[in-house]
Amino acid sequence: MTDNPFQSWMSKSVPRVEDDRLLQGRGKFLDDIRLDRLLMAAFVRSPVAHAILKKINLDAARALPGVRAVFSYNDLRPLLSLDRIPLALPSGAIRFDVDPPALAHEEICYVGEPIAVVIAETRAIAEDAVALVELEFDPLPVVMDPRDGVDKDAPKARLDCPDNLVARHVLKYGNGEAAFAAAAHRVKDCFRLNKGGGHSMEPRGIVARVDDDDLLTVWDSTQMPHRAKAILVNALGLSEEKVRVIAPDVGGGFGPKAVFHPEELVIPAVALKLRTPVKWAEDRFESFTATVQERVQIWDMEAAFDAEGKLLAIRGQLFHDHGAATPYGVALPYNAATNLIGPYALPAYDLEILMCLTNMVPACPTRGAGRPQGTFVMERLLDRAADELGLAREEIRQRNLIPLEQMPYTIPVIMRDGSTMTYDSGDYPECQRRVLEAAGWSEFDKRRDAARRDGRFLGIGLSNYVEGTGRGPFESASIRVGPSGKIMVSSGATAQGQGVKSMLAQISAGVLGMNPKDVHVVDGDTNATVLGLGAFASRQAVTAGNAIYLATRRVAEKARAMAAHMLEASADDLEIADGNIFVKGVPQLKVTLGDVSKALSGMPGYAIPGGMEPGLEAAVDFQPGPLTYTNGSHVAEVEVDPDTGAVKITRYVVVHDCGRMINPMMVEGQVLGGVVHGIGATLLEWMRYDDQGQPATVTYADYLLPTCDVVPRIEIHHMESPTPLNPLGVKGAAESGTIGAPAVIVSAIEDALRPLKIRIRDLPVTPARLRALIAAAQGKGAAP
Amino acid sequence: MPELYPVKIHVNGTTYERRVEPRMHLADFLRHEIDLTGTHIGCEHGVCGACTVLVDGASVRSCLMLAVQTDGRSVDTVEGVAAADGTLNPVQAALSKHHGLQCGFCTPGIIMTITEMRKESGGRQWTEDEVRAALSGNLCRCTGYQGMVDAALEVLTPLNLGRD
Ligand code: FES
Ligand code: FES
Repeated sequence: MTDNPFQSWMSKSVPRVEDDRLLQGRGKFLDDIRLDRLLMAAFVRSPVAHAILKKINLDAARALPGVRAVFSYNDLRPLLSLDRIPLALPSGAIRFDVDPPALAHEEICYVGEPIAVVIAETRAIAEDAVALVELEFDPLPVVMDPRDGVDKDAPKARLDCPDNLVARHVLKYGNGEAAFAAAAHRVKDCFRLNKGGGHSMEPRGIVARVDDDDLLTVWDSTQMPHRAKAILVNALGLSEEKVRVIAPDVGGGFGPKAVFHPEELVIPAVALKLRTPVKWAEDRFESFTATVQERVQIWDMEAAFDAEGKLLAIRGQLFHDHGAATPYGVALPYNAATNLIGPYALPAYDLEILMCLTNMVPACPTRGAGRPQGTFVMERLLDRAADELGLAREEIRQRNLIPLEQMPYTIPVIMRDGSTMTYDSGDYPECQRRVLEAAGWSEFDKRRDAARRDGRFLGIGLSNYVEGTGRGPFESASIRVGPSGKIMVSSGATAQGQGVKSMLAQISAGVLGMNPKDVHVVDGDTNATVLGLGAFASRQAVTAGNAIYLATRRVAEKARAMAAHMLEASADDLEIADGNIFVKGVPQLKVTLGDVSKALSGMPGYAIPGGMEPGLEAAVDFQPGPLTYTNGSHVAEVEVDPDTGAVKITRYVVVHDCGRMINPMMVEGQVLGGVVHGIGATLLEWMRYDDQGQPATVTYADYLLPTCDVVPRIEIHHMESPTPLNPLGVKGAAESGTIGAPAVIVSAIEDALRPLKIRIRDLPVTPARLRALIAAAQGKGAAP
Repeated sequence: MPELYPVKIHVNGTTYERRVEPRMHLADFLRHEIDLTGTHIGCEHGVCGACTVLVDGASVRSCLMLAVQTDGRSVDTVEGVAAADGTLNPVQAALSKHHGLQCGFCTPGIIMTITEMRKESGGRQWTEDEVRAALSGNLCRCTGYQGMVDAALEVLTPLNLGRD
């Protein structure tokens, strides 16, 4: 057997086991599920951002032919054991409970909030009935800005809370006051960052069915089926064995599908009541208004530097739009705040985080989960300081990057799991050096000057970042070899396109010397794995990957011990490959894994040979401990058209380090997707509302996602600094690409317009916004 | 009940006769009337391209075309692309090789778009910019597009254009 799985299938760009079905249109996504007697649901949603709901008239909807039932809160409440859906993860920072109800009643707090549900024979009839529902309400003032919202004279976003400050947290270490007093240089700025939605191409959806024996089966387009099951058990007052949640093929997640939404409770409750299967498939208008999104952050920040440009301290305030309810917790601004520190030595930090209730859809992490915003702020402050001190941008970073000798590096910040924030491995100065070299940074001046002579404005930017990945507390994985010799793997890990099945199959196959295609993987099914967490925080290769690695090693160990008995050889002399266990150098002296499994399955009344425990299987819940930190450096080149404010990214280079790579092709796929998501957040994606809280961008013609023609070819180079924190030495990769993108692109735009001294403070940088900045600068007399 | 209209639509070489509401769009017809769920709906307003199919050989957003408008016409969907024994065609194989799909939700639309590009290419080599322009009507949130661009470039070489 190969003890080191990296010697066989590992670290190779093996094609994915998922692809064949998906390429032939044979995937089974949520809306592809067909069941007998299946009814369709449509929701009545709030048309206003804030109001008292006085009356709902459902009579006309109920009378429409083809409608089977309509439920408002009053109809639904008797089916539930709780008044509100218990979603908030515990945090000392949270001041009030604003868990959402399953359906709104009395007070409605954002456009799109579900108020009632229609169940009909077809979706078209259900939508017809929704249009017949009459709502009467008294409008209330709205809160749309997280800084105005925490003002003591602000209107209340929710009447059931004493004020809008739903949570407050102070992140503080070191002696910032003394550092600011002694600083040679200070820079100060304020940033307003919009970040849009996850926008998985498949919207959300749910199907619920009750069997004759009262088993509730729920298909949910979710990142976290086990959490969904736990909430359903609790809110419906059922026992665990009566609820099964399955994530079918899921068409992208990116954060919002990690959040349990009210519809995920309403549809199962209704199916239980009607004892008929019910499906709700979200349409895109609903996903723009009712699916959680990331939203506004305002950062009021100041940094202190010594005379050489070394960081002494950073302080400030972060105003965070929490939305109208707590769908998850306070992780989003906390990630932003801690990720600001990045790969730099920061001796003192003092940030007050103010989370403000607003009349917008609840805010949740989307790919990057707050980290791109924190990194953006830090990198802007470094660029400002570089200008102030007359240093090159790479030089000020070089002076502040944590040197390799200081790894592992500890920062006195306590994390959610109680550990102290520690960067486990990585060579940050080398990562920056490599990206500068790969991008030809030192020759860029020549290219810029030549272009300028042709009247073109080129700029280059640089950003560095880290990402804490592989969040615990654990993930489960098990492996079973059947008497047929077939390998079955299951895990609480859940896929939305990352290639979880391929990743688990590749690791198992690596240990057993087999082809990943011969490993059957079941993920995202609460019946296949009792315990599980699922997809968030770039965690599944770290947690489930190591779980299946350890479990497969146990199986291999046991198979060798049993085979040693069967072959009358020493286990040390045996090797496993291609489903056979054989004596090294004598391949004809062999038994198959199936033979071993058969022997371990037992025969009635006979002892298991060798006195071994029955079964050829193993299960491991791997607890990763503290986060493992991925890092990267990005360089981007842009061309800016000063007449239109249009920005074209002409080159993009990434140096990325996520430890050992299981499948480099899949790692690159994750980085590419992340970078492009980051490009969207920087230049295009802007979820807009009017001042009454009406969403203004609810189609992809108004809310622009990055398309193939606006993104450049992205060059990725890898470093591999294995983490000491897990046996495979792997770190997460799924979000990291997004983190460096806003910072690097904005740095490049400012560089292109350097003669104008443009300062970009707001994201996204749309052509209209950039044109306004250029016009203002030109008005001051500068010419581009 | 709204009035139903008879339609006869040829999909992947099979003729389907159904009675449908005039408001039913082609994507819903394919997915719900004849259970060909490989064609996906990502936006239902004509931007994302996930629902792309070929109608009489030309690409169409099936969420923007009514089923009654396709009466008597031929529709090609992703289910008809691979060989009957499941052998992938060159477009599908190239997408897998270049990691041009992750969740696979946009993929049927990508496959049908590249299929049309191959038909229209006149046997010439495409440039990367041309491929990017031609694929810019298909949204993908997972891949960053690079893998599908590489796959398209591979199957849009004169050498590969004849193969299917
Ligand atoms: S579903 Fe037809 S273009 Fe999006
Ligand atoms: S592969 Fe997921 S949207 Fe394209």
